[in-house]
Amino acid sequence: MNANYMYSLIAVIILLLLAYVGVAGMHLEVLFGVIIPYAAIAIFIGGFIYKVVDWAKSPVPFPITTTAGQQASLPMVSPALIDNPKNKTGVVIRMLLDILLFRSLFRNTRFEVRDTNKFSYELEKWLWLFALIFHYAFLTVVVRHLRFFTEPVLLPVQLLEKLDSFFQVGLPVLYLSGVALLAASIYLFLRRVFIPQMRYISLPADYFPLFLIMGIAGSGLLMRYFAKVDIVSAKELTMGLVTLRPTIPEGIGAIFYVHLFLVCVLLAYFPFSKLMHLGGIFFSPTRNMPGNNREVRHANPWNYPVKIHTYEDYEDEFREKMIEAGLPVEKMPEPKENLEEGKKE
Amino acid sequence: MPNNSKGMYNKNLVIAGIVIFVILAAFPFWFNVGRSAPAPEIILTEKAIAAEDCVRDKEYMTLEHMQLLDVWRDAVVRDGKRIYVNPKGVEFNMSLSNTCLDCHSNKEEFCDRCHDYTSVSPYCWDCHIDNPQGD
Repeated sequence: MNANYMYSLIAVIILLLLAYVGVAGMHLEVLFGVIIPYAAIAIFIGGFIYKVVDWAKSPVPFPITTTAGQQASLPMVSPALIDNPKNKTGVVIRMLLDILLFRSLFRNTRFEVRDTNKFSYELEKWLWLFALIFHYAFLTVVVRHLRFFTEPVLLPVQLLEKLDSFFQVGLPVLYLSGVALLAASIYLFLRRVFIPQMRYISLPADYFPLFLIMGIAGSGLLMRYFAKVDIVSAKELTMGLVTLRPTIPEGIGAIFYVHLFLVCVLLAYFPFSKLMHLGGIFFSPTRNMPGNNREVRHANPWNYPVKIHTYEDYEDEFREKMIEAGLPVEKMPEPKENLEEGKKE
Repeated sequence: MPNNSKGMYNKNLVIAGIVIFVILAAFPFWFNVGRSAPAPEIILTEKAIAAEDCVRDKEYMTLEHMQLLDVWRDAVVRDGKRIYVNPKGVEFNMSLSNTCLDCHSNKEEFCDRCHDYTSVSPYCWDCHIDNPQGD
């Protein structure tokens, strides 16, 4: 038992019960079906913009691009133009590859001390693989859900559904992405629990979103394949939300509201959590800066105009006193004038 | 901690990014402006109304008809069983074309309306013809 994940698990279970009791017991369908979804989407979009603007205002004092290849230098040394980009094109390619294929995770290594007392570095691709599955499954699930938010349903969404249910397992046909999402989030959770170093650095903020997503995927699978809800009424509700004519149709199962509520919690939690890496990836200085710090001087935006008092000015100011005290000066005053001044006195 | 400095760095890029984000995130809202999507109404044929009871009760059929048909298909195709006995003890011939579509002969007004509304494209119709009476 670990307090970090127990707290997160308990929090998600409480949220789940809250929606279930609220709808099944107290009939707060309007609260859970209309008010909370609108509030959640407003917090999501508003919070997202707030975060992005805040980050955009933060200066980057140093060029801290991470390099995974030879920096462009002398013509005889061949540079790694993507892993250590020297211009914007290279940066864009590096960002795209990182965002779409997670190359940073692909480089993940694990080091171990073997019995010979030697370090050994090993490639560790499981995190990369499951992260990739997790994100693409999530994307597919989100896009697939557009069938509840468009009427008539768009062709690309229908094609994606066809692809996702390619194997035609059972009826209603099994969507691979739903299962993949749940499986990958369970892997990402178990990884944090079973690898000691991961467990040590994992906080409730790491476990909570995983449990939340497991809850969302689990409730989604449950109401599609097992405890079915009336899908036509469900779409009536979602279409009511997006056409700004909210309705609460009769007889959607409480599990639908549980699913919806967990999604709302995820949306509202999103901008203020680690999930914000969706926007944050674009603001990563280690990724989005070119590795050209030998070529281009990076001026720290914190630098403010400093009031300078050079030695020459200093000597001009104190020359006479310095001479009186017998200190060496660089520029001796012209003797003639001094003598004349002395005579006048 | 909120940042109090005035300007944004790379302002144009950031604003472009925010605009793209808002367009994507609010897609269902702007896409549906001026549209209304009332839930479909399904029409029962006179024969279906006269029969009163379907194979199972209405709620079960609404939620589970696809699973029932899946079980029927396996029973007929794999086990050669053709008789289904419902909880009330009534026997039915397990056949989409001959039993279901006998009453619900109006596929377009009955099956398709909900299926289209929720973007469900059952592959039943890959083999079964819509209306066996027409042939």
